[in-house]
Amino acid sequence: MTLELDSGDRAVLDGQRGEGAALAMRLVVKMAEVARAPRLRDVTRAHIDSCLYHGRAGLDFAERLLTGGAAVSVPATLNVSSLDLLHPELVRLDEETRDRAKRLMDAYVAMGCHPTWTCAPYQLTDRPAFGEHIAWAESNAIVFANSVLGARTNRYGDFIDICAAITGRVPESGLHTDDGRRATLVLRLEGLSEELLDADVLYPVLGHLLGRHAGSEVAAIEGLPANTSEDRLKALGAAAASSGSVALFHAIGVTPEAPTPAAAGAEEAREMVVTLADLRAARGELSRVPDGAEIGAVSVGTPHASEAQLRHLVDLVREERPRVPFYVNTGRAQLAALDSVADDLADAGVTVVTDTCTYITPVMHGITGPVMTDSGKWAWYAPSNLGFEVALGSLQECVSSAAAGRVIRDERLWV
Amino acid sequence: MRQLGRRRSGDPRRAFVGVMEGRVLVEGSATGRALVLKEPLSFWGGVDPATGEIVETGHPQRGEVVTGRILILPSGRGSSSSSTVLVEAIRTGTAPAGIVLGEPDDIIVIGALVAAELYSATVPVVVASPAGYAAIRDGEQISLVP
Repeated sequence: MTLELDSGDRAVLDGQRGEGAALAMRLVVKMAEVARAPRLRDVTRAHIDSCLYHGRAGLDFAERLLTGGAAVSVPATLNVSSLDLLHPELVRLDEETRDRAKRLMDAYVAMGCHPTWTCAPYQLTDRPAFGEHIAWAESNAIVFANSVLGARTNRYGDFIDICAAITGRVPESGLHTDDGRRATLVLRLEGLSEELLDADVLYPVLGHLLGRHAGSEVAAIEGLPANTSEDRLKALGAAAASSGSVALFHAIGVTPEAPTPAAAGAEEAREMVVTLADLRAARGELSRVPDGAEIGAVSVGTPHASEAQLRHLVDLVREERPRVPFYVNTGRAQLAALDSVADDLADAGVTVVTDTCTYITPVMHGITGPVMTDSGKWAWYAPSNLGFEVALGSLQECVSSAAAGRVIRDERLWV
Repeated sequence: MRQLGRRRSGDPRRAFVGVMEGRVLVEGSATGRALVLKEPLSFWGGVDPATGEIVETGHPQRGEVVTGRILILPSGRGSSSSSTVLVEAIRTGTAPAGIVLGEPDDIIVIGALVAAELYSATVPVVVASPAGYAAIRDGEQISLVP
């Protein structure tokens, strides 16, 4: 199949919008060839992950685009960075890295991106509509946009995200097409108790298991409650996009493209039964610290805590004050929307981190012992990134454990 | 499908073993010893670009070094930051010599393409046929040819 470019695409490729835009279009076209796409299609917005500093290469690329006069042609939000601009004292980076990280952030703002600095752009007021074609990067945002909002994005990574924002174009392939969104794997939940289905902690564990089994396939989950909250679907998707490459899952009777198994294309998919034993094993992979063990800290809010999660956390820490360092990551927009939450959390001894996240930049220091989290994604990455052992529990269990200084969990859910 | 690989035995006396075909995603030539991963890998959080070492906790090949190897992996996984980590590894010289995938992976491909634009250096990326993929043995010499 040969790629058909329209006259606008060719004009950009030929440099009529400058060298930067031409570079962006060159990369979009190459990715379209790799995807065997018949043509490019418009996107209405982008979410950019490339603003997170991982070394000189990312900065070299951004400054090449900027020097070439590139600017975004559709609204673009920015992912977390390596710095917390609201609480700069929290991040312990050497001065050179800090300067480069800031230069990288500035370059993306200079190209016209909005300085949202959040990994959860779906928690901003203006979010994609059902069926809207978008170019999002950040694995948890991709899976949320596709699965929960029914917007359409492929699994865009660093570099191609900003190229899509500059050109407003992406390959017409994969999850932008109806065919690409049909489930090829069904996970059928069997024999799970009502209590477990109504426990926050099930969702990151189920997500971890989904990522392990689905890889990059589209899976449909049968057996989740119809009223499963966005925060639970967020936790599920974020974990699935960490242990696997999941970019879209359907939850039958829950998510918008899956009112029935047939609507999700699940009738011809292969099926896997998920039992309590499977979930216990998945939980054991993420959470290697036994109940009762002393902990050194707690980190929650990966992906960034929603307003509902922040309010819940305030209520919990008012009851039980943490004895060990307690961090919550959230977006600056969530914090700004809630009047007294920042003060309430500070009063309870909780450190609020914005614009970045505790697992990608050095914020947690002087911590001895394992760390507890409510996030499957954090539990997946922190042992490699930070060297911590991790215990996974619900937000409530995290707060109780922080107050006791040791892991306290409700094991009755898991028997 | 185009010819992309010549598989050679680790034994220099039996240099030529076979040819397999696959699909070229990023062009280039490379030769090196195969490092066959038993699980997918996220470059971000999974490979230290300063050393080329696999650091993903729980990965069966944690501690192996990807530098100069032909990295054979079923697929990528996880973070969309993996593209940048791959370019950074190419920039600093710790990247694999080439990458053979079981299925296409956009995040790996864009990293290889950007390295070519920025530094005129890249790693070839190919998708092997299922039979070809299964035939590759860890440690054997492999050449990727365009």
